[in-house]
Amino acid sequence: MTWIQDNWTVIFPLGWSHAVLAGVPLVIGLILAIPLGWAARRWRRAYPVIVSTSGLLYTIPSLALFILMPLILGTQILDPVNVVAAMTVYTVALLVRTVADGLGSVPDHVQQAATAMGYGGLRRFLVVELPLAIPVIIAGLRVAAVSNVSIVSVASLIGVSQLGDLLVDGFNRNIPGELLLGIAACLALALVFDVVITAVGRALTPWTRTARA
Amino acid sequence: MIQSIIEWLLSPESWTGSSGIATRLWEHLLYSAIVVVLACVIAIPLGLYIGHAGRANWAVTLANSARAVPTLGLLFAMTLVVGPMISSELAFVIPSIAVLVLLAIPPVLSGAYAGVASVDPAARDAARGVGMRPLQVLTRVEVPCALPLLLSGIRAATLQVIATATIAAYVGLGGLGRFLIDGLASGDYVRTAGGALLVAALALTVDGVLALVERYAVSPGLTGKDVGDTAVVASTT
Repeated sequence: MTWIQDNWTVIFPLGWSHAVLAGVPLVIGLILAIPLGWAARRWRRAYPVIVSTSGLLYTIPSLALFILMPLILGTQILDPVNVVAAMTVYTVALLVRTVADGLGSVPDHVQQAATAMGYGGLRRFLVVELPLAIPVIIAGLRVAAVSNVSIVSVASLIGVSQLGDLLVDGFNRNIPGELLLGIAACLALALVFDVVITAVGRALTPWTRTARA
Repeated sequence: MIQSIIEWLLSPESWTGSSGIATRLWEHLLYSAIVVVLACVIAIPLGLYIGHAGRANWAVTLANSARAVPTLGLLFAMTLVVGPMISSELAFVIPSIAVLVLLAIPPVLSGAYAGVASVDPAARDAARGVGMRPLQVLTRVEVPCALPLLLSGIRAATLQVIATATIAAYVGLGGLGRFLIDGLASGDYVRTAGGALLVAALALTVDGVLALVERYAVSPGLTGKDVGDTAVVASTT
């Protein structure tokens, strides 16, 4: 307990790096997954290729992917960019399928109605189809966020600082309080991500509530 | 750099000996297999029961929310708490195996549960209608129908275990993770990256093998392959 009181000031910077290392890939991953998911929907043959490729990328264990990133990107092993890039790969892998399935859940008659009203191509996608896919995409984002927060802590093993440092240090120096605090902080951060994503989802889909009321 | 990694991977000295690639690969496969079997023994009956009886959904919710717990923390906590209680050299192995089993349970459990819960109620009624007893309904109708989701749950669990067993090298478990953890500790990037490539290759291979198992184990009546007319009948009911 005294350790926690003495080291309160290190916890917030570590939590902030953790949030950045988990959150930035979430945003980049979503931005990349939307056009890929759209392509998987648009071309029937692209769907199995895109979905199975992303499945294979998700299969690669996190520690291995962190370590191999410098070979692919030409970065130094201690560069946090390795972690951001690896987490982006995982996020895209999870979200591509979600986006494709979410777009697929938009009823045909809605698309036809939008076309009949003069919405074409990109405008129909951005104004009609994508917003209607938001509930499914939000559900996928919540899964990706929880998984990212958990995986990022592994980056401590390659020397990139975040809340995982509390876990490693607590273990190495046998300070159970520090270890427990690290676990609790990771859980709290995952909860914050979940609450924020759910709130954004609600704000973006006001029609889901008016329909019920 | 890539040149020396390939050299390390291809050199016979790296493959032989008690800390060679062959031994580490075998350890990795052995630990993963033990863990997945243990997790299946616990989670499949439980998942089938929950799905069959339609009760205790809280167990599935609990198992799913447990995913937020950082694996690394769980591994360290278990080793610190349980490790000292065991006086043999298994002090490193048992806590790691326990954590890996804990991690493998949720995907298997939700696969078994979702598989049984997604069985067409008409198929269940028909099975009862032709005089099957509850246990027969479960083993002859519900389990075969649940197989695709159950197998994909086991596949997800296996990959999770292979990935986490790598990290468990930090608390002393054998397996391919040793190359990554020891390589990082001694600043030997060639060995670290070589180990990482092996781990990635192992995960991809196991994933491919399990995908094949999924394809051949599932009843043709479900996949709609090679059945001709029956598939049409099934889809209209």
